[in-house]
Amino acid sequence: MSTPEHHIYLDHSATTPVDPRVIEAMTPHWREVFGNSESSHAFGQEAASVLEQARQTVADVLGCRPAEIVFTGSGTEADNLALRGAAWAARQSGRGNHIVTTPIEHHAVGHTVDQLRDLFGFEVTRVPVDEYGHVDPDDVAAAIRADTILVSVMTANNEIGTVQRLFRIGQICRERGIVFHTDAIQAAGWLPLELDDSNVDLLALSAHKFYGPKGIGLLHVRRDTPLVPAITGGVHERGRRPGTVNVAGAVGLATALRLAEEERVAECARLRRLRDRLIEGVLALIPDSRLTGHPIHRLAHHASFAFRGVEGESVVLSLDLAGIAASSGAACAEGEPEPSSVLTAIGLPPDWSIGSLRLTLGRSNDEADVARVLEVLPGIVERLRVSG
Amino acid sequence: MIERESRIRVLVALSGGVDSAVAAALLVEQGYEVVGAMLRLWAEDRPGTARANRCCTPEAVHRARRVTDRLDIPFYLINTEAIFKAQVVDYFITEYGAGRTPNPCIPCNRYIRFGLLLSRALAYEATFLATGHYARVRHVAGRYQLLRGRDQHKDQSYFLHTLTQEQLAHVLFPVGELTKEEVRALARQRGLPVAEQPESQDICFLADGDYRRFLAHQASHLFQPGPIRNTSGRVIGQHQGLPAYTIGQRKGLGVTAAEPLYVLAIEPAENTLIVGTAKELGQDECLVEGMHYVSEETPTAVFRATAQIRYRARPVAVTMTPLPDKKAHVRFAYPQRDITPGQFLVLYDGEVVLGGGHICKAQESML
Repeated sequence: MSTPEHHIYLDHSATTPVDPRVIEAMTPHWREVFGNSESSHAFGQEAASVLEQARQTVADVLGCRPAEIVFTGSGTEADNLALRGAAWAARQSGRGNHIVTTPIEHHAVGHTVDQLRDLFGFEVTRVPVDEYGHVDPDDVAAAIRADTILVSVMTANNEIGTVQRLFRIGQICRERGIVFHTDAIQAAGWLPLELDDSNVDLLALSAHKFYGPKGIGLLHVRRDTPLVPAITGGVHERGRRPGTVNVAGAVGLATALRLAEEERVAECARLRRLRDRLIEGVLALIPDSRLTGHPIHRLAHHASFAFRGVEGESVVLSLDLAGIAASSGAACAEGEPEPSSVLTAIGLPPDWSIGSLRLTLGRSNDEADVARVLEVLPGIVERLRVSG
Repeated sequence: MIERESRIRVLVALSGGVDSAVAAALLVEQGYEVVGAMLRLWAEDRPGTARANRCCTPEAVHRARRVTDRLDIPFYLINTEAIFKAQVVDYFITEYGAGRTPNPCIPCNRYIRFGLLLSRALAYEATFLATGHYARVRHVAGRYQLLRGRDQHKDQSYFLHTLTQEQLAHVLFPVGELTKEEVRALARQRGLPVAEQPESQDICFLADGDYRRFLAHQASHLFQPGPIRNTSGRVIGQHQGLPAYTIGQRKGLGVTAAEPLYVLAIEPAENTLIVGTAKELGQDECLVEGMHYVSEETPTAVFRATAQIRYRARPVAVTMTPLPDKKAHVRFAYPQRDITPGQFLVLYDGEVVLGGGHICKAQESML
């Protein structure tokens, strides 16, 4: 199905279009500079040089050392490498068996932790979150045991946009010598990720969330953090993520990250205004509606709602038929039966949690788009309520 | 844009098969604004494998997507797992538990396709819901009639007999006037990627088509061994649990006798299976409950019709006596071998579906 030209895209948390400047930066690396970065000949050296430049760019933006960056095939893969890698390393050295995380993590973390528990015998504690989706650092401290080896708390939530207070959680982990991982996939491009000032050991991000290409992510691995590779193979990425490196993708990620950081402050200010207009409008125009997630400590481009007694999936379908692309919770949940564990965790009752809608703004959006949503959404919710 | 917005919107329920694909193609050609939708239905969890209901396997979703690509129409998956589980799967289990043999496609059409999905379609500002069923709708003298599909080998009106006037006003069956061969030919002409897709017949939510294995897994408490008795009350064997049997079944009884024995009755109250000879099998009357009349005019006097007691059963002449509480007594023109409680008796007047209900007792001597 061809995309209608006049469609309004309000699903930037699912993915973003690639910035033309990123495509331009990547272009030479399909045909001209195509070498395998581990080959010793001139072609390989050229590729290695490009790859290391990309790594340096990323390190400059994130405030870390280039050697701490491991390129992966996706954000999900980076989370998998972080969790399995840290857990297996702890297993190998007999340091402990216990993982602390939250009930609002993306499946890339949640399902990986579940598998570590079910197939590898790790014990898992999920600390609660409050009605906004905030984790209380004291709860993390209280959950930590003598055999805790890993804490994983996401930077910002994909479904409800809430930004965590990671610094204190990281401090707690650092004081106790526990590896701290954060899934920053939703945060990259929107929040400052200053690793030099943080207590984060492992941080995952994904290029396509900030106008980079799909199929490339990275894991930041703080120096001396024990990590066993989750994929086994050759020597690429110093054995931590074997497999021939997607050099064009790494260049794309680095370019997109640099551009996003350069434009971040201005773009966030612009979108925050649009977001707040959208939130105020929806809450004023639609009875029995509420904002999910924190009203202030949330991503600048992220508006998420619940409508009582309406299926979010139906709202999304109706919006699409009206030319507006939105989502109900996470993009990966399309057609899935399970109620959102995030909305359950923040205590939303079932007659509200089925009716979730996420509108995430981006570069293409302007005030007219917000006005269009406010024009059609109230009628859609009303019709769906009448139909039962 | 003006032209686009003035078109009548139709939601087409796609299955990944050829019939619904051709239905969608015909509607596009007729100038409707067509929206493709596929139901995501409940499926069994089986360790280590992806959950797959036959009506919405990844392959079926892939095929439906390719069809909508070809037709350049939108495609949506609509999750109905919870209501499907409650209205279809739980019904299926409960009916077996009560010694009956259910037909899950009937409540699926009633509550899911022409219930939830139709009401959704209307909320999505569609005027009609279309499906690939072989059946026809006719508007006569202010009423809607449901007719058999033109292709007598494919006719699916049996599964649609619960439709109401309100529902019929909003449904389209674009392939109802066609034969299966014509449908396939149209699909080939249009290059639809499902033209050669084989028929699927099994119950969609059984992972392996084996309903006994499914019931043993989902509701093992229903499988209590008990006696097999003949019609004179003598115990002649032991059954493995009543859900493993259906009326008229001969194979798998594990009883040796001078002449072949068939299941005559399933009595869950006594956990007993009654068997008898072919001669004892036939009945010429039964009681039907939950009668629905498509015209929504409930007859009060005795009337004649033809009836099918299963989807593929040969139509037989019947005399119907309406009873209170949506019940009816049915007298068949000649004895039927396999009148099965739980199955649906659907009434016809020639091609016109009059209505139907579910068989509750094979023998009803209260009259």
